[in-house]
Parts: sequence; C-alpha cells; structure tokens
Amino acid sequence: MQEIINKIKERFSGANGFDGVKYAEILNYPGFEIPKEKLLEAALILRDEFGFDQLRDVVGVDRFVKQNRFESIYNVYSSENLNRIFLRSRLDSKKPEVESMCSVWPSANWYEREAYDMVGIIFLNHPDLRRIYMMQEYEYYPLRKDYPLMGLPGAVQLPKK
Amino acid sequence: MSEHITPVEPEIHQGLDKYAGILKALESDDVKAYFEDALENQLVLNMGPQHPATHGVLRLLVSLDGETAVNCVPEVGYLHRGYEKLAENMTFHEFIPHTDRLDYLSPLANNVAYVMAVEKLLKLDVPIRTKYIRTICCELARITSHLVFLGCMAMDVGALTVFLWTFRDREKILDILDILTGVRFTTSYTRIGGVALDISDEVIARIKTFLDDFEVNLKESQDLIERNRIFINRCEGIGHISKEQALAIGLTGPNLRASGVRSDLRRDDPYLIYNDLDFEVPVLTEGDVLARYYIRVFELYQSAKILRQCLDKLPAGPFNSPDAKQVLPGKEQVYTKMEELIHDFMIVNFGNAPEAGAEAYQAIESAKGELGFYIISDGKGYPFRLKIRSPSFSNLQSLPIMMKGCMISDIVAIIGSLDPVMGETDK
Repeated sequence: MQEIINKIKERFSGANGFDGVKYAEILNYPGFEIPKEKLLEAALILRDEFGFDQLRDVVGVDRFVKQNRFESIYNVYSSENLNRIFLRSRLDSKKPEVESMCSVWPSANWYEREAYDMVGIIFLNHPDLRRIYMMQEYEYYPLRKDYPLMGLPGAVQLPKK
Repeated sequence: MSEHITPVEPEIHQGLDKYAGILKALESDDVKAYFEDALENQLVLNMGPQHPATHGVLRLLVSLDGETAVNCVPEVGYLHRGYEKLAENMTFHEFIPHTDRLDYLSPLANNVAYVMAVEKLLKLDVPIRTKYIRTICCELARITSHLVFLGCMAMDVGALTVFLWTFRDREKILDILDILTGVRFTTSYTRIGGVALDISDEVIARIKTFLDDFEVNLKESQDLIERNRIFINRCEGIGHISKEQALAIGLTGPNLRASGVRSDLRRDDPYLIYNDLDFEVPVLTEGDVLARYYIRVFELYQSAKILRQCLDKLPAGPFNSPDAKQVLPGKEQVYTKMEELIHDFMIVNFGNAPEAGAEAYQAIESAKGELGFYIISDGKGYPFRLKIRSPSFSNLQSLPIMMKGCMISDIVAIIGSLDPVMGETDK
C-alpha cells in the first residue's frame, strides 16, 4: 500500500505538472487534495496507470466558509490491488463548478447527480445533470448549511385544485 | 339447407359493410407507412412507483420496441427522508435508530457500520467480545436479507412456495433478535463503544439450533427451484453484465461477485474479526440473474459457517469499551454513582465530541454490497457532514445496462436479482 502511495505522490509532484497537489492525512485512508483544474487528468492517471477501476462514491460538502466554500470528495477503489484512496478538491463559493468524472468512471453519473441535488455542485459535461431525489422544479439545495432543518415554507409548489 | 343459408348471407355482408371503412383506411398510404415501420415504433412504459414487483417505490421508464426493452431510465427519490440532513442536527447516539430505516431488511448490519464509523472518528477501541457479537450480528443480518432475496426473487419469476419457506426461516432469526436486542425488527442494538445488551447463553443456544435446521431447510428450498425448468429458463442468460461494465458502473457486493470480480471487504479490507475466521468468497463469472441467485445461496452457507466459528470462539469479557467519557454507562450505575451520572448527562445532552476537523470513512460488506459512512466532524457533539454510501443506490444504476434487449417479463426478474431496498437507495 505504502509503495503505491509513494509512487502516486511522485507522479503527482510539481515536476510532472501537478502543482498544488497535497497529500491529505486527515482521513483514515490516504487522500490527495488536487486543484479542480487538474482533477480529471489525475483521475485518468489513477485509472490507467495505477489500476483504480472503480469510483465508489462522490461526497459533496458545504464547508460554510467564505473562500472555497464547497468541496467534492471522490472515493476511489482498486479491485486489483484492493486499495482505496480519496481525492478531494475545493470549489468556488459563488460558482461551485467542477469537471464531471463520468468520462473516466461511468458510475459517477448518479453520485454526481446526488451531489448536485443536495449541495448544488455543478458538474460540467455531465451527460444527464438532473436532480435525483428532489423534484425537478425545486430551487434550493437541502444539504447546504444555510438551508434550515425544517425546510422553507412555500418552497414546494403544491398542485392547484 | 339452402333455406338456412340465405338469411345468413346478408348478415355477413352487413358485417363487411360495417368494417368497410376500416378496410379502406388500411389501404391508405398513412396506414401502410405505419405498418411498414411497425418495428421502429417505441412505446414508453411507466412502471411504478406503486408496483408490487419493483420492491418498494422504484419507478422505471422503459422504452419498448414490441415486447423488448430498448432503454430504461430509473427514477428514485420517492422515499427520500433526508437522513443526511437529519444527522447533522442530532448527536451521534441519536442517529443510531435512523440507521435501522436505511436497509430495513438488515438493520443490524447498518447499526454496526455506523457505530464503527463513529468509533473510528473518536479513535475508540472496542473489546474483543464486542467484535465477536457484532460479527454475529452482521452475519445474522446477511442471512435475513438473503432469505428475503431468495423468496422474493423466486416469487418474481413465478415460484411462490420458496417465499413461504424462506420467510419461515427468517421468522426464527427475528425471534432470536427479539431475545438478543429486545425487538424483532428495528433493532438499534449497537452503542458507541459497544452494544446495548450482552449476548446471553439462550441466544447462543438458539442460534446453534437454528443453524442446524437452516442448512437442511435451505437445501429443500434450493431443490424446489434449482431443477425447475421454468425457473432456469427465466433466469439463465437474462440481465447479463460483463466484468468491465460491472466495475465501471459501480456494482458492489454479490452483484459484482456474480460478474467474476473477487471483491469482498471482509477479505480485502478486514474489519471486526473477519481476519481470524475461515470462510470462502464465492465468485461466479456468468453475470446473469441465475449467477446472482447462486452467489447468494453460496453466501448463506458461508454465513452459517462464520456464525458457527464465532459462537465456538466467543470470548468472555466486557461488552462495552471502558472509556467512560465516550460510552454510555449502565442504568444501575447511573442511578447509584455520581461520576456515571455526570458522564451520562454529558453524553446524552452534548454528545460525543471528536477532534475538530477529523474525518473518517468506514465501510462494511453488507448483504447488498459496500455500506459506508463518511463522517466529517467540526469538534461538536454532532456530525458536520454525514454521507451514507448505500449499495442499493449504486447497484440500481446498472439497471439500464442489464435491461438492454430483455423482455418485459425479464425486467421483474432483473430487479429482483439486484435486490434493491428503496429505504437505502433514497436515504
């Protein structure tokens, strides 16, 4: 496990064109913090060179801070080497946009739809970016921290009699 | 005779006159064009959300060409209760009953997965006896879930008796859970740092007698359908998904193993005491409905094997972690000791407080696949963000691939073979 991590660290170093990639040691699994512009490229490298063939989850987080408020976390798994690593990327507060992973791992489709529905992260070039749990005409993002627990009165348009 | 025929003839003519308009219309150019393109015509069929064969409130929009499904769009969210939002507003203990309602066919496994994630966050270690009890819980949950699968999937393809037989066995497990946890179904059994009640000798004896009957009964259920021509014909080669597709679309658990990938978190990323146990991970390469059925049958035998080992090896000792600041004390101690009363008050009112900025991910191999909890803490008594990685959700995503080119009647078999639980899908 540690060997692969060292190799990935080397591959994602500044010499290979990956500036600003940080090894994140917060989690009980290895993780990499990657600038959002480099995310898709890093994912392709992980899939093709290190055998990470499955994306198992996408977590959208609202950190509720002024700068880079949103975060998108990717739970990537390798079924050959039995490793799991996490990729994370901070997104802009005003325009939380990031490139979609669907072209790398097709399973990202529904995970990203969920992150879009709940936190409001926009995934660019996603084939079918619709809400997955809430109704299509809903205007709010329920898992944002400024959304109240009891919901907003009048947010759901009921059908007229 | 001729007298009899003559009055009939005008009726025939009358009948032809009645259809003359239609016959004429059939020869017109519009209709001819319609019939020439008959195979090109697609019908969109709306299946669910209120449909008995979709295992809950799953809605499918199936585009049909004749009786063949061309494409399919699953729609989920009809059972969305916002558990991730609720979790952000309650203490770690308060969320345990909500995990019962995720995968409501194996609530014990959900309890264990959630509590293990919280313990990882709190850096709390549990005694070895607790680990054994939790392993027993996980495997009991797997058996209950797979028994429901066997019954319902056989019923989906037309074999009703198996349903009654597997539910008879499942009932016995629920009776055991009644003694072990105090309730039959929504167990809420685990606590942070341990479990609610110790496992008693009666439970151990009951599980042992259950296991002896269980393998015989399961064999009988198998005999009912596995040599049944209708069952085989309706399952073999249906809903095929290849190894590469299965990996790409995010399948986990028995569904992935039926496509030829040996992926089982109990082996790959061992938790609890699975490292010390002797069991096999069955893998099949066919990737069709029948393979998914067989994988679960094999897993049932393996679960019985694991349970026997756990019961034999079960060590004596405490069933709760000794860390008084994090673990709820027993009731009798709360009533008699000042210190315990304070701890109880603090944990109940303010919750367990992990380090600020701590994050943890814990996944277990539940009956459906990888069930994971991703928790982010900001140092308060409740999670800052809790993400549930539910196996049914990502398994359902593979429906369009499996359904391409199948018949309408196969749709039901394919959904049954995926074994989705909508409570978990919609969170």
